[in-house]
Amino acid sequence: MSERENILGRIREALKVSAPLPGTHGEPVATHTVAESPTSHAREWLPLVGPSVEAQFDLFARNCADLKAGFQLLANRDELKATLAKIATAEKWSRIASHDGELSHFASQSLGLPVLLTDKGYDVQALEKCDAAITECDALIAQTGGVVVTSRSTGGRALTILPPHHVVVARREQLVADLPAAFALLQKKYAPDYPSMISFITGPSRTGDIERILVLGAHGPKKLTILCF
Amino acid sequence: MSTFVSDFKERAAEKTGDLRLRQFIRTALRGYEVSRDKRKGAFQSWESARQAAAETKWEAINHLDTHLESLVAKLEARGTKVHWASNAQQAREIILKIVTDKKARSIIKSKAMTSEEIHLNHALEEKGFTVIESDLGEFIVQLRHEAPYHIVFPSMHLTRDEIRDLFQKELGDAPSNSPEDLTMVARRVMRQKYIQADIGFTGGNFAIAETGMISITENEGNARLTAALPKTMITLMGIEKVLPRFSDLALFLPMLATAGAGQPMTCYNTMYSGPRQAGEADGPEEWHVVLLDNRRTELLADAEQRDSLSCIRCGACLNVCPIFRNVGGHTYGTTYSGPVGSVITPHLRGLQDWKHLSNASSLCGACTEACPVKIDLHHHLLQNRRNASASQPSFFERLAYKLFGIVANEPRFWWLAKKIGWLTQPLQHAIKSSALDPAKAWTKTRDLPPQPRESFKDWWRNRK
Ligand code: SF4
Repeated sequence: MSERENILGRIREALKVSAPLPGTHGEPVATHTVAESPTSHAREWLPLVGPSVEAQFDLFARNCADLKAGFQLLANRDELKATLAKIATAEKWSRIASHDGELSHFASQSLGLPVLLTDKGYDVQALEKCDAAITECDALIAQTGGVVVTSRSTGGRALTILPPHHVVVARREQLVADLPAAFALLQKKYAPDYPSMISFITGPSRTGDIERILVLGAHGPKKLTILCF
Repeated sequence: MSTFVSDFKERAAEKTGDLRLRQFIRTALRGYEVSRDKRKGAFQSWESARQAAAETKWEAINHLDTHLESLVAKLEARGTKVHWASNAQQAREIILKIVTDKKARSIIKSKAMTSEEIHLNHALEEKGFTVIESDLGEFIVQLRHEAPYHIVFPSMHLTRDEIRDLFQKELGDAPSNSPEDLTMVARRVMRQKYIQADIGFTGGNFAIAETGMISITENEGNARLTAALPKTMITLMGIEKVLPRFSDLALFLPMLATAGAGQPMTCYNTMYSGPRQAGEADGPEEWHVVLLDNRRTELLADAEQRDSLSCIRCGACLNVCPIFRNVGGHTYGTTYSGPVGSVITPHLRGLQDWKHLSNASSLCGACTEACPVKIDLHHHLLQNRRNASASQPSFFERLAYKLFGIVANEPRFWWLAKKIGWLTQPLQHAIKSSALDPAKAWTKTRDLPPQPRESFKDWWRNRK
């Protein structure tokens, strides 16, 4: 017998005796059928998010401030271009990385710097030397101040984690209210053929491993900037 | 007394005597409590969320076979190689074989308690492979050749000065004792190691049966890099990590962050569903997932304590436990410490050897209250005590209770015992905690309250 069969066999044997329901301290119950998923009401328990788009952007901005992520709500593409240029000058960027995509293309080309595109494969050392990554995202989440990226839509796995500054360019419509909405969106967009990596990024990389004091940029980007118009 | 018990007692006595360390840990955990309470308060209903999380894990664990089959079928359909390991030895062999086949030299690891459980680093290093822990806390304890102090905060027992000295000695690089500077040293050291590593090794926090994904939670980005750069990726995970649905994560991710570290969300929550797919820019060519039993099925067979498999390893029960706070993580001598470790270790490593952990508890119930998936932790400690004495009763204990029963059931004996106690108690002060004292172990650190002159019964009878 294979180990798989051994383990599954032991599981089936063990499950012949039923267990008490959680939170009851009770006697074993014979059968329990879950009519609907217990988490289907998650929205009613998670932190509150206001109904209007303005309230949601407010919340997103407050969450970003707490997380020490940069966030700017801009009027149009011209402002996006100007803001990027300002950051690039201030941080003396000399090369950047990005990926295929209408918006990421516009943003990365606007700077007139050499751009490494990761989509078709790339040299890791070259990516490591880039000053920033400019990427799109799948969603912004008001409830958490987070962004969602994937290996298919935002240039692979390393682009959004290796360079020291990650700049996300997004459109206003990409804001979703809460986590359940973000998962529903991913399901609708991709199921059943999901990208091999989906990452919920909530603020720049951090650690508290030394005396529980917050330090940004442990391994991933020290800075995360979200520019939305 | 078995060596496990005497080791535990010895270490506990030493650690509880270290007032500086106790103060240091208490300060750290108080900071945690403040932020956790703030984040819990932000939930519209933390209690409903807990109940739903408990029911979801209940469903997952009580249909573990079907969920695992679905998970594995989905993973395999996208090119992931799934391995099954009944015990630690098999898991080590599987991993060693992959590493050897790949002719790997260096392995970069992100945090995985399962790898501590099977003593993987030791096995790999013995065969000449270089293993690098990339999580900062794990990296620090690895440099010290030490086990993690806490399942979530591995290096919480060390001060910045100790870490500076360690880096100076082991890496020859420690510009100052500031956490910022020290973190940047680790970042620099690790960057090139990532690029050179042949194998990336990770654990897993949740496995989604519905979609065939493994979700990894982390703050630093080290697991993201581990899963992005090396050509081969290995993930070792306990079989109990399943969740039925993708959307369950919408509740579990913020709950894990809140209970575990007082964060609204952990910085990176990443779901992996395969190696690099056609059309993707990067990622490992091969992904091996090793599913570990290692006596989890025995825990499953104990219906009364089955819910302890729901544990999401958030560490909340450790943080609030008065015993953990005072004796510290290393005293336990187990992979999983604190209340949850005391509950599951007797199942994983033998009841008689580890039953003392169930007694190292004040049964205050703080752990049960803190647990985001409502595991009945302190009742399980009681059940372990019961099971241990049922399977190997102590002669003296039984004799003592028998005598007590006789005395307590007979008013005349009881009256006599009271009188004797009343007369001899002053003598006890004279011999307190000396070799003559039969209750020395107890009285060494405690005072016996004086026996009142008048018993309740007398008072009741004489009241006006
Ligand atoms: S038993 Fe509960 S509180 Fe303790 S680590 Fe597990 S999930 Fe967290």
